Amino acid sequence: MKVISTIGDYFIFLGHVFRKPEKHYMYYRQTMKEIISLGVNSIGIVLVISVFMGAVITLQTAYNTDNPIYPRYLIGLGCRDSIILEFSSTVIALILAGKVGSHIASEIGTMRVSEQIDALEIMGVNTASYLIMPKIVATVIFNPLLTLMSIIVGIMGGWLAGVTTGVVSSEDFIYGIQFAFIPYYITYSLIKTVVFAFIISSVSGYQGFNTGDGALEVGKASTRAVVYSCVMILLFNLILTQLLLS
Amino acid sequence: MIRVVNVNKRLGDKNVLDNVSINFEAGKTNIVIGRSGSGKTVLLKAIVGLHGIDSGEIWYDRIRFDRLDFRQKKDIRKEMGMLFQGSALFDSISVEENVMFKLNMFTDMSTAEKRKRVDFCLDHVNIKGAHRMLPSELSGGMRKRVAIARAIALNPRYLFCDEPNSGLDPLTAILIDQLIKDITSEFNMTTIVNTHDMNSVMEIGEKVVFISGGRKYWEGANNEILKSDCKPLNDFIFAGEMAKLLKDQSSSTSS
Repeated sequence: MKVISTIGDYFIFLGHVFRKPEKHYMYYRQTMKEIISLGVNSIGIVLVISVFMGAVITLQTAYNTDNPIYPRYLIGLGCRDSIILEFSSTVIALILAGKVGSHIASEIGTMRVSEQIDALEIMGVNTASYLIMPKIVATVIFNPLLTLMSIIVGIMGGWLAGVTTGVVSSEDFIYGIQFAFIPYYITYSLIKTVVFAFIISSVSGYQGFNTGDGALEVGKASTRAVVYSCVMILLFNLILTQLLLS
Repeated sequence: MIRVVNVNKRLGDKNVLDNVSINFEAGKTNIVIGRSGSGKTVLLKAIVGLHGIDSGEIWYDRIRFDRLDFRQKKDIRKEMGMLFQGSALFDSISVEENVMFKLNMFTDMSTAEKRKRVDFCLDHVNIKGAHRMLPSELSGGMRKRVAIARAIALNPRYLFCDEPNSGLDPLTAILIDQLIKDITSEFNMTTIVNTHDMNSVMEIGEKVVFISGGRKYWEGANNEILKSDCKPLNDFIFAGEMAKLLKDQSSSTSS
């Protein structure tokens, strides 16, 4: 019963979030700030993780296909498809749920506990919209760019690991990443990223906005934001994969 | 004028406001006193619409506020200013941007006009040279003053202060009290102050209301409060040794 009531509450909250802004310029300015805070500041971690994951995928593929009947370029192909289909969209989204989701929930939760949200409400500001909509817009715009960066850097990491350890030659790897390439996989990956970005920012915003009193509650809201976002990402990963790839 | 009529509010199974009726007079500093947990903050938050009420009426002049929807409330809220217990300044933006926030959101003033207004408000609360500072770089008293400047930025008709003196030393507390009183008379606002500080009551309370356990027990002027025969009020006022001593001295002088 509580789950149904929370889901209903979440959709009512989204109704408030997507009301007409009081002043477009203020929302635009806030969105630009959020793009830097939530998007640009995540580039570093996304690139580092992508390089290492690309490298690991290449090495694992190489050791699992260490058989003369498998052509070596399959290592490049395996690395490319793993990164595009699952890693750069879903795994990066799970990591961003931890980084961005906890950031959003603790920021909004702290504003709630320190009465800053009450102060905004007294001024006549639609607080849900002013605080959450820019975050949703920022992540929905910027996360696809993070995914594209992750794909490129992940494949480069795979190439670097493959060539330096000698499990695959540079020519084979490059041939592999071009072999049987399906451009729709990129579209599929970006669609998933947009949906996951929406889930991360809206679920975390909802949890932060409904924080109870006290510092302990901010921590709890932050944890709930990450856990619920991750579960929703995995659920929608399944749904979208069935819808888009079947 | 703000009128609260037969307001009831329950939180869980506790009756935090029990049939409270008060008239807060326009152009005056109205003070609500009571112990911690007596329902002062819930009453104030109910008046400004942050808490819903279970029954009763809240009137702003001739408008019944508790019946309005979000958009209609917005028009009245633009005429409100509020000073919160912890100041509630937006901590990611500077002092200047805090005071300018309402002007940015609700007016079409030019940047020069907004800056002029911000300077006027900050001058009024005696804050100089702190425009670019973040709230975290200010002392408690300065934060309260910046919060007052932010509250008066759009010339509000109603000012609400929740425990404006909490956490301040006695001298700074007197300065904040005086500031609230001066601003109230200068801008002819209806001001409601929640406090349990008797200094504030005697300094600036033009109308005083005492609540305890969610019920209103007494209301009157600050010069009447020491002569009241309301037992819960006397228990509250004369709880401390110094207050008891003063009372004994005053009664021995009068006899």
